Amino acid sequence: MAEPEPIMAEKEVLPIIVPGYTFATVTDKISAIVLTRKTPRGWYFGLAISFALFMCFLYAVSVLLIKGIGVWGVNIPVGWGFAIVNFVWWIGIGHAGTLISAILLLLKQDWRTSINRFAEAMTLFAVACAGVYPVLHLGRPWLAYWLFPYPNTMSIWPQFRSPLVWDVFAVSTYATVSLMFWFVGLIPDLATLRDRATGKVRKVIYGMLAMGWRGSARHWSRYETMYLLLAGLATPLVVSVHTVVSFDFAISILPGWHTTIFPPYFVAGAIYSGFAMVMTLSIPIRKFYHLEDFITMRHLQNMAKVMLATGLIVAYGYSMEIFMGLLYSGNPHERFQMLNRMTGPYGIFYGALILCNILTPQLMWMRKVRNSVGALFVISIIVNIGMWLERFVIVVVSLHRDFLPSSWGMYSPTRFDWLTYVGTIGLFLTLLFLFLRFLPAISIFEIRTMLPAAEIKEKH
Amino acid sequence: MSQIFHRSTNTLARVTIFGALFIVVGSLFAINEFTRSDYITHAFVAREQPVQFSHKHHVGDVGLDCRYCHTSVEKSASAGIPPTRICMNCHTQIWKDSPYLEPVRASYRTGKPIHWTRVHHLPDFVYFNHSIHVAKGVGCSTCHGRVDQMPLMMQVNSLQMEWCLDCHRNPERALRPKNEIFNTTWTAPSDQEERGKRLAKEYNIQARAVLESCSTCHR
Repeated sequence: MAEPEPIMAEKEVLPIIVPGYTFATVTDKISAIVLTRKTPRGWYFGLAISFALFMCFLYAVSVLLIKGIGVWGVNIPVGWGFAIVNFVWWIGIGHAGTLISAILLLLKQDWRTSINRFAEAMTLFAVACAGVYPVLHLGRPWLAYWLFPYPNTMSIWPQFRSPLVWDVFAVSTYATVSLMFWFVGLIPDLATLRDRATGKVRKVIYGMLAMGWRGSARHWSRYETMYLLLAGLATPLVVSVHTVVSFDFAISILPGWHTTIFPPYFVAGAIYSGFAMVMTLSIPIRKFYHLEDFITMRHLQNMAKVMLATGLIVAYGYSMEIFMGLLYSGNPHERFQMLNRMTGPYGIFYGALILCNILTPQLMWMRKVRNSVGALFVISIIVNIGMWLERFVIVVVSLHRDFLPSSWGMYSPTRFDWLTYVGTIGLFLTLLFLFLRFLPAISIFEIRTMLPAAEIKEKH
Repeated sequence: MSQIFHRSTNTLARVTIFGALFIVVGSLFAINEFTRSDYITHAFVAREQPVQFSHKHHVGDVGLDCRYCHTSVEKSASAGIPPTRICMNCHTQIWKDSPYLEPVRASYRTGKPIHWTRVHHLPDFVYFNHSIHVAKGVGCSTCHGRVDQMPLMMQVNSLQMEWCLDCHRNPERALRPKNEIFNTTWTAPSDQEERGKRLAKEYNIQARAVLESCSTCHR
């Protein structure tokens, strides 16, 4: 039978790993970053700056704890300011890690292996940053444990009908599963580090973390079952966590929040911003650690395509909001809310949001842009900003003018809002720098399975 | 390559996983018990008072009615701490030279009230009203215990919110007929469940939703 005609002309497919590597050289190259190579000066520099930002966070939080929530700009009518904006932003960023590690694994997208490790780390750190905000926002953070249902002496339970309580479960489940998934994925590599480490302390620490991994056939067999199970557990979380976060808004009756489109549109936005963040991080990492052979243009292009797709879903969400608000709903409050969003006092944010989230990323339709590392880096940062603006518009602009003109107001963040925000970026980067230095940023054993040598064995 | 860890580490690892579970469950249990302990609630801790006043003697032996001293219990939120003059109603006649009663006489002479040590102390964010409880058939001893057996006053209940709600959710268990309210020796009869329901109706006790609503006590 004749071969079917190729529909499209055969394109040059970029490799996932630059050819020429063997099992040993892959292991050498990745483990050297942690074990043998001299810590680059840039790392110290980066860590110092990140840590300084992190100290801003400690300062802002200390002031908040001493003086109370009044140091922030929130007040009635805008009771949810930066804290919730940043919470949603960070949680959203985390989603790409889970998508890459779980869904792309189940879909057998091999290219994920180069980026899943640090994408998962990014998820964890982002969730840590996100988790801080609602707790601080409680006003009395030391009573945060009241959010959990436990047999307390007050004989009352949390309000299970409130999506804010669902949030507690969604986010804590997400953090737990992400941590498990990340750690389980690390075990074979930790064993590699243990075996290659020189010096007693390193051996013992990596040895303990490797939990007795010997790499026997039985270990591998159980390991792969476990990993698939965890991927199965993590998959629904990709969708559920941000759905629940969107319920915080959608369950209420405020125009601009009370929308059934929120769950899918939030999930798409989360993945969109998450991939943007993975891109923002992977471009400098591959450059400074010379990992271009493992994180190739193929990865960057794939991520760009995912961003294009999710960005279009987000654009659809925005258009639906406009359509519902201005035309279809026929509700004067909805209509006013939409007009106020576009032309009200915060109108410039909406314009910037459309520019950052919808217009700029369309450049990625061009192959030339997708092939340019610099352009992708800039676009990914613009999308990060755009997604932050989106949350600002949803949270603040919907709140500041509701049904009653007599209760309208304006919101502006105080310096403690800014310090907390910048501070969580510091926390995120500090953790990321430590991760890059002490753990393999790319999965060694999974990259090894990608080599031609591994493929031949499978097909014998 | 030499081994990093001794063989025993395997056992140790297994024990730690097992042990961690027990430590977590054990400490949760301990915290749970501790927050309800008398150490936290001060239940069953007899407080020293400026005067050696004994409820056991005055109620149990002499047979005074609660309302003789706590005059406002049927009319206001506070049951009322008796003014020194109420003590002196009797103590100008009996035990009038007793050295034990010198602080009372001193208070009477100077007009400065006696500084009793408070035993039942509810937080300020709780609105508690004695009169409504008395009017709706909750007797003194239900909350305060057998004061006729207490030489020094002490709390016999935790006064924690779960204790309040326990009764607010099932008030029938505690309801008494009007004439038994101030009887310190009252115990629930065997058919209390049935009587309680009848009494609840008679007293017009509000629906459970009202009784356990936040703003019933936190106003």
